[in-house]
Amino acid sequence: MIHPPTIDWFSISTILVLLGASGIALLGAVLVPQAHRRVFAATVAGLGSAGGIVTSVWLYVDSASGHRVIADGFYRDRWTALAQVILCATALGTVLVSAEHIPNDHIAEYFALLLAALAGMAFFVGAANLMTLFLSLEWFSIALYVMCAIDYDREGSLEAGLKYLVIGSFGSASLLFGSALVYGATNRIGFVEIAHAVGRSGLHGDVLLVLGVAMIVAGLGFKMSAAPFHMWTPDVYEGAPTPVTAFMSSATKVAALVLTLRVFLTSFPQEAHLWTWAFAGIAVASLVIGNFAALVQRNVKRLLAYSSISHAGFMLIGLSVGTALGGRALMFYLVPYSAMAFGSFAIVAARERELGEPVTLDNLAGFGWERPFLGVAMWFFMFGFAGLPLGGGFVGKFYVLAAAYRHGWTWLVIVGVLATLVSLYYYLGVVRALYMRPAESLRVAPVTGGAPAREVLLHAAVGMALTVSVGSLVAVGPLITLARHAAASLPF
Amino acid sequence: MTVADLTSVLVWLPIAAAAAIWILPLSRYATGSLAVLVSLIEVGLWIEQAIRFDFHGSGLKFAQETPWIKDLHVSYHVGEYAFSLWLVGLTVIAMAACIGYGFWVGRDRPRAYFGLMLFLTGATVGVFVSQDLLLFYAFFEAMLIPLYILIGVWGGPGRIGASIKLLLYTMTGSLVMLASIIVFGLKAGTFDLANGPTSFSRWLFLGFMLAFALKAPLFPFHGWLPDAYREAPPEVTAVLSGVIAKAGTYGMLRIAITKFPEPAHFYGTSIMGLAAVTLVYASVLAFRAPDFRGAVAYSSMAYSGLIALGLFAGKDLAYDGAVLQMVAHGLISVSLFLIAGMVERRTTTGEFALLGGMARGRPVLATLLMTTGIISLAVPGSAAFAGEFLILAGSYQRAWWWAVIGAGAIVLAAMYMLRLISAVLHQARGSTVSDAALDLRPGEIALVVPLVALLLTLSAWPAAISHHSFAGDVPATAIKAQFK
Repeated sequence: MIHPPTIDWFSISTILVLLGASGIALLGAVLVPQAHRRVFAATVAGLGSAGGIVTSVWLYVDSASGHRVIADGFYRDRWTALAQVILCATALGTVLVSAEHIPNDHIAEYFALLLAALAGMAFFVGAANLMTLFLSLEWFSIALYVMCAIDYDREGSLEAGLKYLVIGSFGSASLLFGSALVYGATNRIGFVEIAHAVGRSGLHGDVLLVLGVAMIVAGLGFKMSAAPFHMWTPDVYEGAPTPVTAFMSSATKVAALVLTLRVFLTSFPQEAHLWTWAFAGIAVASLVIGNFAALVQRNVKRLLAYSSISHAGFMLIGLSVGTALGGRALMFYLVPYSAMAFGSFAIVAARERELGEPVTLDNLAGFGWERPFLGVAMWFFMFGFAGLPLGGGFVGKFYVLAAAYRHGWTWLVIVGVLATLVSLYYYLGVVRALYMRPAESLRVAPVTGGAPAREVLLHAAVGMALTVSVGSLVAVGPLITLARHAAASLPF
Repeated sequence: MTVADLTSVLVWLPIAAAAAIWILPLSRYATGSLAVLVSLIEVGLWIEQAIRFDFHGSGLKFAQETPWIKDLHVSYHVGEYAFSLWLVGLTVIAMAACIGYGFWVGRDRPRAYFGLMLFLTGATVGVFVSQDLLLFYAFFEAMLIPLYILIGVWGGPGRIGASIKLLLYTMTGSLVMLASIIVFGLKAGTFDLANGPTSFSRWLFLGFMLAFALKAPLFPFHGWLPDAYREAPPEVTAVLSGVIAKAGTYGMLRIAITKFPEPAHFYGTSIMGLAAVTLVYASVLAFRAPDFRGAVAYSSMAYSGLIALGLFAGKDLAYDGAVLQMVAHGLISVSLFLIAGMVERRTTTGEFALLGGMARGRPVLATLLMTTGIISLAVPGSAAFAGEFLILAGSYQRAWWWAVIGAGAIVLAAMYMLRLISAVLHQARGSTVSDAALDLRPGEIALVVPLVALLLTLSAWPAAISHHSFAGDVPATAIKAQFK
């Protein structure tokens, strides 16, 4: 006879709220008349993500001593809760942008999928064994596959969905196979138990185990779009509807990075000499490939996609050192990064709608003067990405590099600094396109004619992102304290 | 509010005003007036600080400290030493003149323009008052952001290339400095400048020096200079050479020399060598430059070399002279570039071949250019001469040939400056100088005359700065004690 586990319902309240909202939005697709469907679904999604923020903040406050719940399948601790807050906040922004920017067909289903993906990520960051890890990964991935292809009248969107599906499945398969090998070697699926088993049975350096770890690294590398597992990123980011891209570039990375650090610290402390170097290598590859490839991009979405690869590299520096300082640096970096990544894609969405065609550095010309708020926000994001002191990205970079130095990896500091230098060129290129084209080279003809749509919600979302990005520079102290408490849940 | 809070106010008031200008939908006139008003308030606040400044007591004045990033021991620590006070003064006065110039010529897109100029003011003051390495770095970088846009949007035809060159060059240095800061701060256990330890690391010293040498600039790190100084709008060039370049030499004094006594000594002669090369080479280039701004640009590079020469001579007199020269040259350079802008507005060009004979019928322009030019070529009795004399005397104490090189540069300065004056004011009338090109208007006079008046005051009383830059007027001792 199987005994059902005792369930700490509160620990999964964020997930339940999001799933509930997702269900309601899905019902709306059937029950609410077409005319009101967009408003209804967007409201439900907005309330759902806001509710998610509330419950995860509550969980953060109430989970000072982290522990596992539900048959040891899920972590209730501050690391999970803080990651959930960041995820729900980016989702809230995505809802605001999507409400104005996702085409009318299947709008309610879209929001239901968004909430489902978010719930999956919220579960993913708290996963405590290989089974929940894989299930939640598939859970949010499948939702994202569909979201990428939701605008299926456009070839690019369909292609993005398919590409993400094929390559994403490859990543999932790698993760699953790796998990199987680890299970085969240790006979355990719980993260903590794996570490115990490795320690007890002297599996240190076991071939099966190491191979399994390597495949898990690869599988998670796909999700965080770090090089060399990044090939899908530019194409998918370019083809997917821009609000979806905004969500993927921020939320998916948050989820993947946060979980990765937990898995490797908890399950494979004995193999740290392997995975720290593996992640350092991946970080360097991401920094090099992301930055150099971004230099030659003309399409802004592709440019930002490569920039997100390079930032995965920066965050992996914090992750790879595997110290408390590195964990804190990673958690802190995620806050301004997700705000800036989300915000910059949201701005691209506004321009895209205005022009009715893909945004390139050429047709971005003059945008800064035409729509001053979005322009200013964009240059804040670009300079912030480049690590200039216009936002928390500056402190984030300083933090991860400090963590690398403290770990004794001065060479990684140097790589980070050089990568920043290269990145400067294309970030400045975007600012140049926004503001500095001479009037005669502006061949801007919005196809819709007349003034651009007002897009109140999009402005609100960009304002939110701007506030978080600049605010994280001012409020470094409190944010670091939050990150420190969160990182205290991990076994450094 | 105490007088110590004024330091923070000097930094954040213009930045807050910049934000206000970007947010409020003010008219062109209101925007310009607000910006000028704020820049004048800055000058007023600075005068208030200067009056209350205790020049005899040692230690940091008007200091404020709050933790910023606790676990890495980074704090928001600002305060002023006597020499920082003078550089802050230079900044606020120069920025007031340049913002006034922007208002006078009616720059396009006023809200963006004046917001950026105010932001630049705040960031630059921030550099001179930061007493924490990371904060210093943040302001050092923050200066670049408005500069990039100011040059890229309001500059001349080659502005885009010039702005990107400026940024890539200086950021290279800055990022190397960031790596050095991380290493220095984590090794020392604090990023505080006023209370932190010194370091023996030559690599770190070179990392910092690269950033400062690029900013100043010293030969061979000056590749960005000709384009940036020619393509930027004149008032931005004025800020760039008068104030921003001083952040480079200030950094040498505040960080490179004080925090790295042993490496600074070890590399002292090499850096003095570079400085001397800069001095001579830039003077020759200034003599060869075909245009007004090019000549002034290379002359300010030559002055950067002179200042660095004084700083690394390591003698009391030379330190005093270097600080005096930073301020004096700042004022000279701002005046000259503003005058260059005024000439260019009248003739549409700065080419010497197309200029000439502007003195006739334009007495005010001629007088002001002549006065500034004469001060700039370090004629005995001028502020620049006082600074140069102190620097040369200090480097003579180190070894006689440094003084010989420096003195040679005075001759070169006379050559290029007199060439400039005669090419613009005298000789045959240039093809672009028409009768319609009027003398300076009252607004322009109001901008340049105060600067020239300050220069004349400093010429009469250089000791105002040279005797009031270091606690107890014993620079070498104060530097050894790291200004504590």
